[in-house]
Amino acid sequence: MAEIHINVTGENCPVPLVETRKAVKKAQPGDIIEITGSNSASKKEIPMAAAALKLKVVSIEETDGIWKIKIEK
Amino acid sequence: MEDKTTIVVQSGDMDKLYSALIISNGSLAMGMEVSLYFTFWGLLRLKKGGLNKGPLSKMNFLSLGRRMILSRMKKNNVASLDHLLDDFKELGGRIIACEMTMGIMGIQRSDLREDLIDEYGAVGTYIKEARDSNITLFI
Repeated sequence: MAEIHINVTGENCPVPLVETRKAVKKAQPGDIIEITGSNSASKKEIPMAAAALKLKVVSIEETDGIWKIKIEK
Repeated sequence: MEDKTTIVVQSGDMDKLYSALIISNGSLAMGMEVSLYFTFWGLLRLKKGGLNKGPLSKMNFLSLGRRMILSRMKKNNVASLDHLLDDFKELGGRIIACEMTMGIMGIQRSDLREDLIDEYGAVGTYIKEARDSNITLFI
């Protein structure tokens, strides 16, 4: 099981969602995908996308406007 | 019913093409299938070198308004149409080109970016896609 990191800090809608989807496609079952970003809409919507893809959101953290979301495939 | 978005891209306006591609990429990112049916003015954007040639649907002001919006998009780090289209294809989005429009406008397949186009079709192709889609839009 690998941990995959993607950084979409500064990127605007819909790039964070799209990059999350690309990483999920490439990941193996059991892998953890950690997305780092700053777009506030994406912080809400990446968990929505995870739910639609039936993936588990492991954690959501935010410090100083930079959030980190972990998803398990 | 499939988890699918089908959009008729009838307008060739830049801002409307942005809307179509952003909704498409959002759909793909959330696990849906997407078909884009390019017809009429929309099809011109699939001509070689045509993607970025669309005017703004309002306040174009001889492309002054268009330039202003583009610079504000750049400041806000909004992805370019080329970037959105690359992502669309990478996530498996399908593009259908309207054959009737090609006839009316005298467009040959070789005038279009054939690498992007999955199918050439008419209204029946659109209906076949749309009747199974839970989101359909006309942009």
